[in-house]
Amino acid sequence: MIESPPPMPAGAAKVSLFRRLLTHPTGVVSMVLLVLVALASVLAPLLATHDPNTASVQQVLAKAGSEHILGADSAGRDVFSRLLFAGQFSLAGALVALAVALILGVTAGLAAGYYGGWFDSVSSWLTGLMMALPGMVVLLAARAVVGPSMWLSMMIFGVLLSPAFFRLVYASVTAVRNELYVDAARVSGLSDVRIIGRHILTVVRAPVIIQSAMVLGIAIAIQAGLEFLGLGDRNIPTWGSMLNDGFINIFKSPTLVLWPALIIGLVCIALTLLANAMRDELERSRGPVKKSHKAAAAEAAADAEGAAEKRGAAAVVHADEPNEDAGEILLEVTDLGVGYDQPDGSTTHVVNHVNLTVRRGEVHGLVGESGSGKTQTAFSILRLLPQGGRITGGSIFFEGQDLAQLSEKEMTKVRGKRIAYIPQEPMSNLDSAFTIGSQLMEPMRVCLGISKAEARKRALSLLAKVGIPNPERTFDAYPHQISGGMAQRVLIAGAVSCEPDLLIADEPTTALDVTVQAEVLNLLRELQDELNMGVILVTHNFGVVADLCDRVTVMQTGRVVETGPVRSIFNHAQHPYTRQLLGAILEDTAPRGQYTLKELKGVAS
Amino acid sequence: MYQFVLRRLLSGVLLLFVITTVAYLLLYAGGGDIARRIVGPTASDAQVALKASQLGLDRPLVVQYWDWLTGALTGDLGRSWFNGQLVSAGVSSRLSVTLSLVLGATIIAAVVSVVVAVWAAVRRGWVDRVVQFVGVLGFAIPGFLIALGLVSLFALNLKWFKATGYVPITTSFGGWAATVTLPIVALSIGCIAAVVQQIRGSLIDALRQDYVRTLRARGLSFNRVVYKHVLRNAGGPALAVLAVQFIGLLGGAVIVEQIFALPGLGQITVAATGQGDIPVVMGVVVATAAIVVIVNLVIDLAQGWLNPKVRLS
Repeated sequence: MIESPPPMPAGAAKVSLFRRLLTHPTGVVSMVLLVLVALASVLAPLLATHDPNTASVQQVLAKAGSEHILGADSAGRDVFSRLLFAGQFSLAGALVALAVALILGVTAGLAAGYYGGWFDSVSSWLTGLMMALPGMVVLLAARAVVGPSMWLSMMIFGVLLSPAFFRLVYASVTAVRNELYVDAARVSGLSDVRIIGRHILTVVRAPVIIQSAMVLGIAIAIQAGLEFLGLGDRNIPTWGSMLNDGFINIFKSPTLVLWPALIIGLVCIALTLLANAMRDELERSRGPVKKSHKAAAAEAAADAEGAAEKRGAAAVVHADEPNEDAGEILLEVTDLGVGYDQPDGSTTHVVNHVNLTVRRGEVHGLVGESGSGKTQTAFSILRLLPQGGRITGGSIFFEGQDLAQLSEKEMTKVRGKRIAYIPQEPMSNLDSAFTIGSQLMEPMRVCLGISKAEARKRALSLLAKVGIPNPERTFDAYPHQISGGMAQRVLIAGAVSCEPDLLIADEPTTALDVTVQAEVLNLLRELQDELNMGVILVTHNFGVVADLCDRVTVMQTGRVVETGPVRSIFNHAQHPYTRQLLGAILEDTAPRGQYTLKELKGVAS
Repeated sequence: MYQFVLRRLLSGVLLLFVITTVAYLLLYAGGGDIARRIVGPTASDAQVALKASQLGLDRPLVVQYWDWLTGALTGDLGRSWFNGQLVSAGVSSRLSVTLSLVLGATIIAAVVSVVVAVWAAVRRGWVDRVVQFVGVLGFAIPGFLIALGLVSLFALNLKWFKATGYVPITTSFGGWAATVTLPIVALSIGCIAAVVQQIRGSLIDALRQDYVRTLRARGLSFNRVVYKHVLRNAGGPALAVLAVQFIGLLGGAVIVEQIFALPGLGQITVAATGQGDIPVVMGVVVATAAIVVIVNLVIDLAQGWLNPKVRLS
């Protein structure tokens, strides 16, 4: 019935929510409206022009005028005065429901969350039970037994609403129960009651207030619904019973139904908007703690720009070795710029003036620390930048076509078949809802237009080729049933399934175990040899570069600082950043695997 | 898979049993008070006792319950205290009306929500903001107010639809559609508002997942990835919300049936509630609980289909 707001971290509640709401437009309007309605109801005896229950045969369905501001109802009672007094009962009824729900839900939630054990499972089970029947049906059934008392109905409804608080408090408490500061409090000998009061209530306070606004709205609505059905107490005026009277007489006096409908609607909307405004404000106050990826990238880029501007240095380019047999140029990136549009309309540049050439049959290492723009460069070649990112300048020529200028439809034909991609983190790059086999077959069928049987045959042989011991079993498995190393092999199989000309591998071994890393690198080298692909290998690891690459491009803060044949870079690194990376790698990766060190020595000597 | 279905089925039956037992005990615990309410406050104690024994209320509660339960297992839910009609017949004859409304509203809500949520999550920007704002309004305004608005606008002022009455689908599909359209729309609006928010949220999360980029890098078009992969992954939470909304719709249908004068479960519930006709109320509780259990079972199975982790663990 109600979705729970997420548990808030401690401290969020400390900032004055009320004061911040005053700066939130919908928050202010909602609060003003609710305060006005509440005041009008409380001051009803002063404001009302008539007694709300005095019927008058002469005034039945009287039109609005000087005698009755909003007219009179089917019993000749003054609508305006009844609206005011009805506010007292409707709001009080909703408050009763809220109070019962709060007391039950918060207490049970605190106890179940804090103590756990049998109390935990019993209350969770009861909660499920209470949510299993629609509240309206339960209330009607209860009404059949207890009679037309609004107060009793609202108390019962409060019980039905208590799970809304229970679940919220329970989730928050279990989240903080094992926090260090709660442990510390326990060790320092504070009683449970004081720990709950001091440390845990402060955490749940804000979400509980938000939930209360929602619950009040629901209680007002359901109470009005019950009265509207004509099952309420005839002796007290409520908005719902006025609605009922208006609906019965909708042909004779169409405006009668309007006023209670308007006020119920407005109050419910105001409560929901208020709850949303409070949630907005609380989330905003959390903002700086949890920085978004984009913001982080933007910040790194801003720094990058500044630093690069200061140096103003062009990239160091090492000449090709004369005896090297250079293949045809496959990809030529010139002057590439990548930027992210910011909410304020500005653009943050994360890649600037990048040049990159990849030849057929060449493994090209793209090296740099995180935030250096190497992955952004790789994604822009695939034209798969994250949301908000775009190519701001330059060209990406791939076999005569400028990829930067292609339409999305044309680009879709290039991806997979001509340019393929191997991601960094194997598990999150497989769709957990589909079998490995179907994920391998689907792109092949789309890109190559082959039959299902053909695709299956190819998928099985690919799985065997990437060294998966039992292809049939892996084919039928779901991603969560295989290991990370297996998953990476599957992704490699998928990447080469349509025999691309260019393969972009984004740190393909970073997420894997050391032993598996070597195997996967070997596999990549074999496939590259066999298919004669150009490969862009994005990595921060010079060991991998030494192992696999022919040429290397070093990036720092969104720019290329040095590029050339791998031997030349290892022997004559000129840029200080490249030297720094090389130095770090010798210390870093030595213990990771003998092969790296050995081959590195071979290259370096 | 069979084990998964069997486990869900058993827990559903258990839930049904617990709900009906608790409901029975609460409804019948009043004993003599129930008889007093029926014969009226001016009746003598002897008359109350007579009524109680006529209705079998003078027996121990456990005996009454056992009687009811053994009857219920054979499909006999007793008779109405007021018109002597079989409760099972009264409930089942009205079930089709309520199910028309609730299932219709659920299906419409599911379809509309998916379309709108994909639109909002993919386009973002102003489209997203408008969808969210309208969603909050649709969620906040009580469903019966929307129903009242629809009646006065389309039935009373524009006269596009009949304001009241019901034509069974077996009599005439057109007639049926004309009588249930407005009620279904009224019911589905709040439901759509809630479900759109959920699907939109899970879609935005799912769109950020790495596998979306990888699948696109393999040459699948954006739309194909969204409709085949992203939507399926976002489907789990959406189904859970739809299940909760469905329960809410059963409650909302009571009021909407009253507004449109449809002879559904809501109508006998309101009538029986007003009179204190407890066997009928009990019958409605059983029917509602059974529907809820069945729907939860269907949703669970759909979850298993959507998410292999649920099915295989």
